[in-house]
Amino acid sequence: MATAIFGRKKHMTQAFQDDGTLVSVTVIEVEPNFITAVRTADENGYDAVQVGFGTVPSRKVNKSHAGAFEKHETPPRKHLRELRGVTGEVGESLAADVFEVGDKVHVTATSKGKGFQGTIKRHGFARGPVSHGSHNVRAPGSVGASADPARVFKGQKMPGQMGNKNATVKNLRVAHVDPEKNELWVRGGVPGGKNAVVRIRKAGE
Amino acid sequence: MITSENLQQKDVTFRPGDTVRVHYRVIEGNRERTQIFEGLCIARKGSGIGETFVVRKNSFGVAVERIFPLHSPKIANLEVASRGAVRRAKLYYIRDKIGRKARVKKAK
Repeated sequence: MATAIFGRKKHMTQAFQDDGTLVSVTVIEVEPNFITAVRTADENGYDAVQVGFGTVPSRKVNKSHAGAFEKHETPPRKHLRELRGVTGEVGESLAADVFEVGDKVHVTATSKGKGFQGTIKRHGFARGPVSHGSHNVRAPGSVGASADPARVFKGQKMPGQMGNKNATVKNLRVAHVDPEKNELWVRGGVPGGKNAVVRIRKAGE
Repeated sequence: MITSENLQQKDVTFRPGDTVRVHYRVIEGNRERTQIFEGLCIARKGSGIGETFVVRKNSFGVAVERIFPLHSPKIANLEVASRGAVRRAKLYYIRDKIGRKARVKKAK
């Protein structure tokens, strides 16, 4: 059974370990994930649970979702997402304590959008000379050969949208679990800005 | 491992210009002892759990500065030996002073 949960990135801070070393941590708020539906391999072709989390005023919920929440006799949730491979029953909740301190986790979220960026920022290209009459300071340079192949290869690194896409940081350590405050602390940074929805999955499952 | 004790922020009231005694836990092999570092606090930097302070002292004619994380569990105790009256938050000018000029006024 896989272990995974949705949360919200709150902020980064530092924490002292018992040996006195200071480590940087990301605080992730993990409200209980309420299981609203179960997908099975027989019926849907894959195993998963659909969970709802986050608070939302009832006037902002569309009718089909509102009806589903009413059926489960639970307040409406802002987000409805699926967690693949997780098992559970409708009506149960997943909480921060599905993880233990020391667990390795993968954290997935939408990264911060950087807009349309050039090759230097986006792909780490080198810049050209800035003096002696040079004009290709931040230009991408050559994108391929000549008459053969007479085209630009697919996947050629060029300027374009950077960020605002799904990103995963793997093998972060869970540093602290606080079920009372619904908080999960992981060592290091995670993708996305503050209040970004993040999915935390146990590594190796 | 982070225990809830390590998340507590110390309740300390000292300022740059004060002379402080830092009782610092030192681990030598498998023995632990407490080392005392006494000197003039010349700066406090940062905020929250990551705040640090700089202590400057004269050790056998050589000036030594040490930066301590204020909320570190390795600081066993923190005493204020004397209060100083200074007019700025960072006393870096002390580094360029020698002898009698490298002192701060005592607070009244």
